[in-house]
Amino acid sequence: MTQTAPAAAPPTDAPTTPALAAHGLTKRFRGGQLAVADVDLEVPRGSVFGFLGPNGSGKTTTIRMLLGLVAPTSGSWELLGVPMPSGGAQVLRRVGALIEGPAFHPYRSGWANLRRLDDADRLADPRTTRQRIGAALERVGLAAAAAKAYRQYSLGMRQRLGIAATLLQPRELLVLDEPTNGLDPQGTREVRALIRELAREGATVFVSSHLLGEVEQVCTHAAILSAGRLVAQGRLADLGAGADPRLRVDTVEPDLAVRVLTGLGLGDAERRGDSVEATLDGVAPERACELLVHAGVPVRGLAVRRPSLEDSYVSLTGEGFDVNQ
Amino acid sequence: MSTSSAPVHAVRAPRGEGIARGRPTVGRFFRSELGMVFGRRRNLALLLVLSAVPVLIGLAIKLSSSPGAGEGPQFIDRIAGNGLFLSLTAMIVVLPLFLPLAVAVVAGDAVAGEASLGTLRYLLVVPVRRGRLLLVKYAAVLAFCLVAVLLVAAAGALTGLTLFPVGPVTLLSGSTIPLAEAMARMLMVAGYVGMSMAGLAAIGLLMSTLTEVPIGAMAATLTLSIASQVLDSIPQVAAIHPWLFSHRWLAFGDLLRQPVPTHELALGIGTQVAYVALFLALAWNRLDAKDVSC
Repeated sequence: MTQTAPAAAPPTDAPTTPALAAHGLTKRFRGGQLAVADVDLEVPRGSVFGFLGPNGSGKTTTIRMLLGLVAPTSGSWELLGVPMPSGGAQVLRRVGALIEGPAFHPYRSGWANLRRLDDADRLADPRTTRQRIGAALERVGLAAAAAKAYRQYSLGMRQRLGIAATLLQPRELLVLDEPTNGLDPQGTREVRALIRELAREGATVFVSSHLLGEVEQVCTHAAILSAGRLVAQGRLADLGAGADPRLRVDTVEPDLAVRVLTGLGLGDAERRGDSVEATLDGVAPERACELLVHAGVPVRGLAVRRPSLEDSYVSLTGEGFDVNQ
Repeated sequence: MSTSSAPVHAVRAPRGEGIARGRPTVGRFFRSELGMVFGRRRNLALLLVLSAVPVLIGLAIKLSSSPGAGEGPQFIDRIAGNGLFLSLTAMIVVLPLFLPLAVAVVAGDAVAGEASLGTLRYLLVVPVRRGRLLLVKYAAVLAFCLVAVLLVAAAGALTGLTLFPVGPVTLLSGSTIPLAEAMARMLMVAGYVGMSMAGLAAIGLLMSTLTEVPIGAMAATLTLSIASQVLDSIPQVAAIHPWLFSHRWLAFGDLLRQPVPTHELALGIGTQVAYVALFLALAWNRLDAKDVSC
């Protein structure tokens, strides 16, 4: 896309208020199950905010609460600085949302389905309906399939139509729940490109996902939800840097290396095949290297690895396949 | 994804610019809803079945030799003499089951259908206020009731005109009115019957907010319609008869008297108004508190 437009003008109203803020958001279902517990969120304006968590961790319930679909048991929240849910009728027009997958009338065409949503918007300008629907379909690459019935759409096309629906109006905040679900790698790339593009144009994008790679590639910020609780939140760089760096030594004498590193105070040094790994714990890697060589460990390779977002994610949410609740 | 640069500005625009025209568009969502109701093949099939009733009755009378006085639905023995009575007979035939069935299907589907597809959540975040959604849905169901009844009346009149002699109508009270006035009375009958479905439509809408399974809401609504009519036929519970929403469904017969006795008709309309107020309030209360989690 050619960026002819200048950088987005700051929003006219208090640009410093977060695009989305939640305070102690809690949802206990009628059965007593605690789905979301005391979630505090702050999504800065203009950020691409990744909302991470394993399946069943409460991401969708949180998103439904934020959009006023589900009433929280307690807590408060604001969208674009407007208190919810009372401000919903006013502020939701400036928010585009994809919630737990697309949903449309199966026997209607993609075009007719978007028309239906535009018809429901009492402030939408009927004179520009055709043009806006056309532009939204064009933007997600569905212009050619506009007249096809929704039931004939592939999973990827359905997902795109859902995204197109969020583009019918100018939005300041986009809430996208698993936007790449069902998309092939090409489609995933396109959605990522679209998210970047929207962010560049000034929109704040709040995107939930259980796919880390996806988030790591586009997001500036992230929050991690586990079993309904927020376990981390912040700039992406800070989240990854939360854990200590790890040292890996490749050697033909791994047992000796473990002894040396343990002697150095790296308590969790352990052998993994022909290499040894340990958390550096504040010890300078060059110092460790020096001692290893002095002790006669034949060092073939030595690497320091900064933990990735995935490491933080796994360390915070657990590694297994168990659904937490 | 396309790299068209046309909509670049469409996503920015802090507010005001391009978002709204300042004044809300009235009736657009309602027209869309009418399109959904009348654009559905299932609903069109219901309308077709309803309008086939007078045609079938007309053909049956035309093809059979004996008028069979005193048997069958009211007015059926008068059709051969005056085709206009076909509309009335058809109305009496569709009232107990066919018409309530059609109303139950459309009303029961109103909210539950959207919920089961998942489109309800997307309508709500457009945003559509829940109260507005309910009113638009209800208005569309009422429009469907009226169209259904008018179709039955029109199909009856057309079939009657085609198959039988048509002329001035002798009323139940004995006096005779000219054809034009008789047609006007038929329209009033259709209006009353359509109006009689208002209460059931509101009940259906409440059922529709209680479940995400449209067929469940439809079945519950139809069951209540039948239950009301069954109770109305049991003399031992005569005390509650005046309170049943189906009790005065057939009061339109009064429109065929001269002068028109308005007491029962007014009570019939009053009953519907009360049911509508009560069940719409319950439906709103239910939808407003509902967690939309599908």
